[in-house]
Amino acid sequence: MGELSQDVTSAPAITFRRYLENGKLGYQHCADCSAAFFYPRVLCPVCGSGALEWRESAGRGTVYATTAVHSRNRDPRNVVLVDLDEGFRMMSQVEGVPAEEVEIGTRVRFEVRQGDEPVAVFVRERS
Amino acid sequence: MSIRGKTAIVGVAESDLGEVGPGFTPLDLIGQATNRALADAGLEKGDVDGLFSASVYYQMPTLSVGEYLGIRPRYSDATMMGGSSFVSHLLHAASAIEAGLCEVALITYASTQLSEGGFRGVSDPPDLYETPYRPRYPVSMYALAASRHMYEYGTTREQLAQVAVAAREWAKLNPKAFMRDDLTIEDVLASRMVSSPLSILDCCLVTDGGGALLVTSPERAKDLRRPPVYLLGAGEAHWHRNISQMPDLTVTAAADSGRRAYEMAGVGPEDADVAMLYDAFTINPILFLEDLGFCEKGEGGAFVEGGRIAPGGELAVNTNGGGLSYNHPGMYGLLLLIEAVRQLRGECGERQVEDACVALAHGNGGVLSSQVTAVLGTESVP
Repeated sequence: MGELSQDVTSAPAITFRRYLENGKLGYQHCADCSAAFFYPRVLCPVCGSGALEWRESAGRGTVYATTAVHSRNRDPRNVVLVDLDEGFRMMSQVEGVPAEEVEIGTRVRFEVRQGDEPVAVFVRERS
Repeated sequence: MSIRGKTAIVGVAESDLGEVGPGFTPLDLIGQATNRALADAGLEKGDVDGLFSASVYYQMPTLSVGEYLGIRPRYSDATMMGGSSFVSHLLHAASAIEAGLCEVALITYASTQLSEGGFRGVSDPPDLYETPYRPRYPVSMYALAASRHMYEYGTTREQLAQVAVAAREWAKLNPKAFMRDDLTIEDVLASRMVSSPLSILDCCLVTDGGGALLVTSPERAKDLRRPPVYLLGAGEAHWHRNISQMPDLTVTAAADSGRRAYEMAGVGPEDADVAMLYDAFTINPILFLEDLGFCEKGEGGAFVEGGRIAPGGELAVNTNGGGLSYNHPGMYGLLLLIEAVRQLRGECGERQVEDACVALAHGNGGVLSSQVTAVLGTESVP
């Protein structure tokens, strides 16, 4: 949590990025209706409240849906929707596994892929 | 107050379809379709006082279309929510006509994407939370929904393929269809994978094409050339834009739009002689058969087996061959309305559904995002 959690002055996208730069997955929690949601906004999409808190996700989730995107002359890449344990869903990628082998229901763990832009990705949780 | 039966579709036409060749613009095709629809109805261009269009080319589509056609509408609606937009336009036009804000509405659209080299989609700015993962828009989003439907309900790739094969069987009966050669389940399963579980033959065509549709009051319709096709009910709904925001990937907002349309029309799915269900991908009709009440949730895959939606099957679905085999000019909702009207007029030749009195026309837009349902009926429907 710490100083990151109370940031209400910067744009939602910038706060999210600051979390990623610090190796964390940020999401928003509504202080009024307790909804957890993603992507970041300035109001709660459930109840409309502007009383939002940034929280750090534990980064554990379950693959909700998956597809392997095929391209000529390249290995397929996967695109997934992950349901985080805190109750929000996001698009992402499961790294370190062939695209076609990602299965719905697989437990996954958040990591940051650092590059020009930090990106939230997932790896399979060790069972 | 209900707008049930307060408006009628009196003219329909396609532009040239398929691959029209270099140099033609979408506005040229809109001009073709409009002229043909006016002739079909027995109306003059000067009669049109309401204009409805959507586009991925023109940011102000009714302005571009109005200028090209030389129409100065007193009611103008450029609602844009993807392929369903034109079914939405029909609902909006009926409301405007009933309110006295216009009398003759023209709904029109075209694309020349194939002649320009391929798929032309929307040009939204990159989404911060999806673009980094490089899904292929829009197929990967539909693939995600298909993956979830398969996981929850045991839907198979063979069942998806049944949708493509049924569409092709209908297309063989439609001289205007783009793809009319034989197609088997095995062909679909063996075709190049695009975004699993959807292969290239699970995806709609990329073609040129367009259409025009004219709507007016029943009083005005009486004096025109064709038997009027009445708008009995319509409903629209959208719950998300991005696939990651879709609450349940196996349930579309068609559950809402369909209920609204049925309530207004006073009919149910059991009354539909023809169902035009926007088939951008093979998973779509399966989802819509469920959400529009033709079968229970999860049973859509089994429903389409055994040629049940093919010619000679229990339910006539996508009788023109659909977006999968007839034509898909980027946005297809107007073309499925045109087919529904022709079925109710009895103009469909070899693919005509006998004594068709009620047609359901369902449009989809975005990534299963917008859902708009219309129920159309002939004079004989009380």
